[in-house]
Amino acid sequence: MSFDVNIIREDFPILKQKIRKKDLIYFDNGATSQKPKMVIDRMNDYYNTENSNVHRGVHYLSQIATDAMEAARDKIKDFINAGSIKEIIFTKGTTEAINLVASSFGRAFIDKGDEIIISEMEHHANIVPWQMLCQEKDVKLKVVRINDDGSLNIEHFKSLLNKNTKLAAITHISNVMGVINPVEEIIEAAHNFDIPVLLDGAQAVPHVEVDVQKLNCDFYVFSGHKMYAPTGIGVLYGKEKWLTKMPPYQTGGEMIKDVSFEETTFNELPFKFEAGTPMVAEIIGLASAIDYMYSIGINNISKYEHELLDYATEQLLGIDGLKIIGTASPKAAVISFVLEGIHHYDAGSILDQLGIAVRTGNHCAQPLMKRMGINGTIRASLAFYNTKEEIDILVKSIDRVKSMLL
Amino acid sequence: MNLNIIAMTIEEQKAELVEEFDLFEDWMDKYNYIIEMGKDLEGLPEENKTKQFLISGCQSQVWLTANYDNGKIHFQADSDAIITKGIAQLLIRVVDNRSPKEIIDEDFSFLDKIGLKEHLSPTRSNGLTSMIKQIKLYALVFKTKEEQK
Repeated sequence: MSFDVNIIREDFPILKQKIRKKDLIYFDNGATSQKPKMVIDRMNDYYNTENSNVHRGVHYLSQIATDAMEAARDKIKDFINAGSIKEIIFTKGTTEAINLVASSFGRAFIDKGDEIIISEMEHHANIVPWQMLCQEKDVKLKVVRINDDGSLNIEHFKSLLNKNTKLAAITHISNVMGVINPVEEIIEAAHNFDIPVLLDGAQAVPHVEVDVQKLNCDFYVFSGHKMYAPTGIGVLYGKEKWLTKMPPYQTGGEMIKDVSFEETTFNELPFKFEAGTPMVAEIIGLASAIDYMYSIGINNISKYEHELLDYATEQLLGIDGLKIIGTASPKAAVISFVLEGIHHYDAGSILDQLGIAVRTGNHCAQPLMKRMGINGTIRASLAFYNTKEEIDILVKSIDRVKSMLL
Repeated sequence: MNLNIIAMTIEEQKAELVEEFDLFEDWMDKYNYIIEMGKDLEGLPEENKTKQFLISGCQSQVWLTANYDNGKIHFQADSDAIITKGIAQLLIRVVDNRSPKEIIDEDFSFLDKIGLKEHLSPTRSNGLTSMIKQIKLYALVFKTKEEQK
């Protein structure tokens, strides 16, 4: 299929909006992406014609809703090429998925004196749950260093692996810099020590094809809302061999088999980890977003976004006093930069007045800011509905920011 | 110190600010004016830019100090972002050299007249709300101390 960004933009109603009387330029896709009409319509349809509680009801609508939800699980399984639907756990997002593993895997497999590995480029969501676990269980948190260009220091990672290491939790793609980590090498090195690996895929699934079996990762977590689906839905992929041995995370309805006041037996996978009524509309919305991505083609998305990334990088580097944070290759379509003599907040505020949505600040990655010796960046995170013309406007607008502030 | 500020009442000072901002139709011009005000801000000596005076909850760092002398509070502020400095200067023009009571009674609705609230709402992490809160807190502390004398 040929890729025509103007046709694609028609699918996203919000992009037609004027912001402060200017055409909206949305470069904050790393925070959350916009939603195609197809996803919005699908969720509306669900509420208009199918809404019912799932799994328990004998009536018609309950059956329809259950079928739609479980078909969605199956689609998500195929989307990341998991081996079985038992390995697809619905969570409210990446953060909850990581918390689930930290809590449940932590309870079952991590004890005093053990070590957990993360990296300097992690989002707070992949730092704090492990930090809490380390405090509770007297476990050591080991942090992989990164190089000045933003790439992970793979040799340092390998040097941290030992018999006490119980888990490595590393981001697939940096949310700040867009740098793609050498995850295959990470997983292979960890597996040589029988250490399971969790990948934070929040910034990866919107941009690149993910195959969890090929990667051979033990856990893979991501959010729907960064990949054109609604907020409030995320996915934990876990290898069945781990999930089976892990205790439930939350308890309540849906996740049980039998309950008496003396004893409760738990439901089988994946329901064991899904206490309470699930976010049915959001799950169906996520499946619809996957259909939408398929209709464009994930490879087409990656290819076009790469063109955008290369173009934006080249144009931005032409601006005097602009420095890109994270120049390593390969990268996904995320660019963080700083402007000499200009605070990121000031720049972001003025860009906003010009109708451009960028993210400024530490991007929930304070340790990375410290490592790079900065207090924040301006981040333009691109999606396949962005255009080169929008990048040209960003570049011109940065010139205006400079003329106002310097 | 600007003698004008001392001479004006708080109401006159607010009216002056509203008038100044009325001159600009375009929000970019208003921003430019805030940036200019930021450049006017006296700032703080480095030794006062400490955690003690740091206002939390802002994307940029804001420090605010207050001294009480002869029944009036003297405020000083600084920030690493120029727009935030401008907002601080704007607030200081109104609240500097006022009595604790004047500050406690002030509802800061003049910011709506300027259009500032709309463009710099509390969710925007610019420190406006936090600065007002801290200014009021200082006033309350000095008032309480005065009453205990």
